[in-house]
Amino acid sequence: MRALIEPILLAVVLTNFAVLGISRVTACVRMLAVQGALLGVLSIAVERPLSVHSVALGTGTLIVKALVLPWFLRWAMRETSVRREVEPVIGYMGSLLLGAVAAGLSFGVANRLPAVGSGQDAPVGLLVPVALVTLLCGLLVLITRSKAVTQVVGYLMLENGVYLFGLTLVERISFLVEVGVLLDVFVAVFIMGIVVFHINREFDSISAENLVELRES
Amino acid sequence: MLVLLVVLLPAIGSALAFAITRPSARLVVLSVVSLAHLGIVGALWVGPRASALSGWLAVDSLGLLVLTLVSLLFAAVVAYAIGFLREESPRGGRWFAGCLLGFLAATSLVCASQHLALLWVGMETTTLAIAPLIFHHHDRRSLEAVWKYLVLSSVGIAFALLGVFLLATAQPAVGGSRPLIFGDLLSHARTLDRAWLRAAYVFALTGFGTKMGLAPLHSWKPDTYGEAPSLVSALMAGALTSCAFVGLARFTAVVFAAGLDEFARPLLIAFGIVSLVVATAFVIGQSDVKRLLAYSSVEHMGLLVLGLGVGGVGAFGSVLHVLNNGIAKGMLFLVTGNMVLATGSSAAADMRGLLRVRPVSAALMLVGLFAVTGSPPFGLFVSEFSIVSGAIREHHVWVAVALLLLLSIIFAGIGRVLLGVVFGGREGGGGGGGERVGADGGGSRRDSAWLVCGPLALAAIVLLLGVYIPAPLRASLADAAHMLGGSAP
Repeated sequence: MRALIEPILLAVVLTNFAVLGISRVTACVRMLAVQGALLGVLSIAVERPLSVHSVALGTGTLIVKALVLPWFLRWAMRETSVRREVEPVIGYMGSLLLGAVAAGLSFGVANRLPAVGSGQDAPVGLLVPVALVTLLCGLLVLITRSKAVTQVVGYLMLENGVYLFGLTLVERISFLVEVGVLLDVFVAVFIMGIVVFHINREFDSISAENLVELRES
Repeated sequence: MLVLLVVLLPAIGSALAFAITRPSARLVVLSVVSLAHLGIVGALWVGPRASALSGWLAVDSLGLLVLTLVSLLFAAVVAYAIGFLREESPRGGRWFAGCLLGFLAATSLVCASQHLALLWVGMETTTLAIAPLIFHHHDRRSLEAVWKYLVLSSVGIAFALLGVFLLATAQPAVGGSRPLIFGDLLSHARTLDRAWLRAAYVFALTGFGTKMGLAPLHSWKPDTYGEAPSLVSALMAGALTSCAFVGLARFTAVVFAAGLDEFARPLLIAFGIVSLVVATAFVIGQSDVKRLLAYSSVEHMGLLVLGLGVGGVGAFGSVLHVLNNGIAKGMLFLVTGNMVLATGSSAAADMRGLLRVRPVSAALMLVGLFAVTGSPPFGLFVSEFSIVSGAIREHHVWVAVALLLLLSIIFAGIGRVLLGVVFGGREGGGGGGGERVGADGGGSRRDSAWLVCGPLALAAIVLLLGVYIPAPLRASLADAAHMLGGSAP
């Protein structure tokens, strides 16, 4: 199982870049589902002796992040005819370049941080930089894209980054807490999805750019 | 057992409220749970402070103080809600009662959590429980407000989670287990890895700072408070931000105990000063009462972290200020809600001449004005005075000077608007203010007893806190201040 970890982590980085470079919103959501699935498998793979705890958590992650949330996001945007992201604040090439810079930065920072875990957990070393890349790419999507759905995608990527970092904790925090975290993310996206649905109906478009009524005059 | 009950009872009540179909029965559940919650909190003050769930849930001084604040405020809000629902029946009453109780459960969890990750779960749940309530009016403006709130809070809270994970990483790996129990962390603070701890604190400060609404992370605040129903704004400004402060305070206590004072204090002071400056800039010339109060909330959150940052008596002032600010701000939002009910608008210009139409609300607003700006004899004067004197005693004289200057400008800014609301006539002729208000929203009705009893009780408490602090309360305040690296005056 442990041999799988590095390829999976690299695939996670690739999904990040894919979201940064893709203009079709539906494709972004699909990439997010792929990332969720990778995370689910990963959380089972990092645990040395397979335990009920890690399998349950991995399966839960898989179901929530790879199936339920993407399906729900698709439901929320089904009624829009617009499937394409409007031109983002920073272009796709620009976003990809920034993503690459973020990746370089993450690996640089992670090298300078004190080591997590003991020597035998070598692949864990790659977890921290990949977690940081995912977090930064999520932030980038959140800031530069104007569609509400894409912003939810950015938020979920950011949350995935935090989740990846949580996997570095050799001894997991606790089952109760992890379930709570997963549940909270689920409900957060659920509520966001409902709001996206309403934005969609109210403004005939899911662009958050329309949300400019509340300002200091 | 009591500690567990304080969280479980509102959670069960919330489920019940979602299940019940009769609106009147939901109100009964809401009131009964609120009163029972108040009773349990009272019992926690009197009885021994036992823990539950193998030490994950327990009340210490700080937790109990904020829990008491939340419970009192919630009781006032429930009384207000009874009057509110008579004047304006919401769509989806189930969501209204259910989310309110869910919010109470989540805030209680934050106050009672000794496990920092559990605290995080509670904190995130408060965000989610309150979001549907902001969306109460189902129009474009509230849609925009709830979206901004959800996105900014969720990102902030994700940073806080990273902070929790980083803190777990900072623990030495010996023994394999890495519990995040607050008490253990405090006693083993010196063994924590300093690099990871610094990183953890930066993320926790950003995360909980966003939830508190510290500048420059405050941009959701005026929009959300402005658009949410007033009783929801009252809960957010009084209870939710105070809970976020609890989270930040716990991280701060660990960092101080680890001997990283010289790292954390300047950060806290900087956030405090920036918040005060931003609040001052936007209070001046503000024309919407609810947005004005939101910026006042930014100001008070700034004061809280400033008190923590300067330490000494400042920390005592900070803890006392949590109570004072929560009660005063809750009260002012409820009173503002009365005026919004009377005029159908929260713009100051539409509310002018309140004294003639709703004299009780007007009098309460006047009280609230002096309370919230820290005038004697109200509680906020005592706590702000402690923070200023803490700054002077800990050799941050320039901070004290800046603080006094900014506070007096804010006093003038808030005073101008609220005094205009209470005493002002309508500008540019067209009859007296009374006619104006009366004509607009059918406001000839007087304030109902339900709508004033909550704010009245809160006003009494904030006045009492300014004149006399009971001995058990003082002991708890001193204990909490001591935990946060400060001292009692």
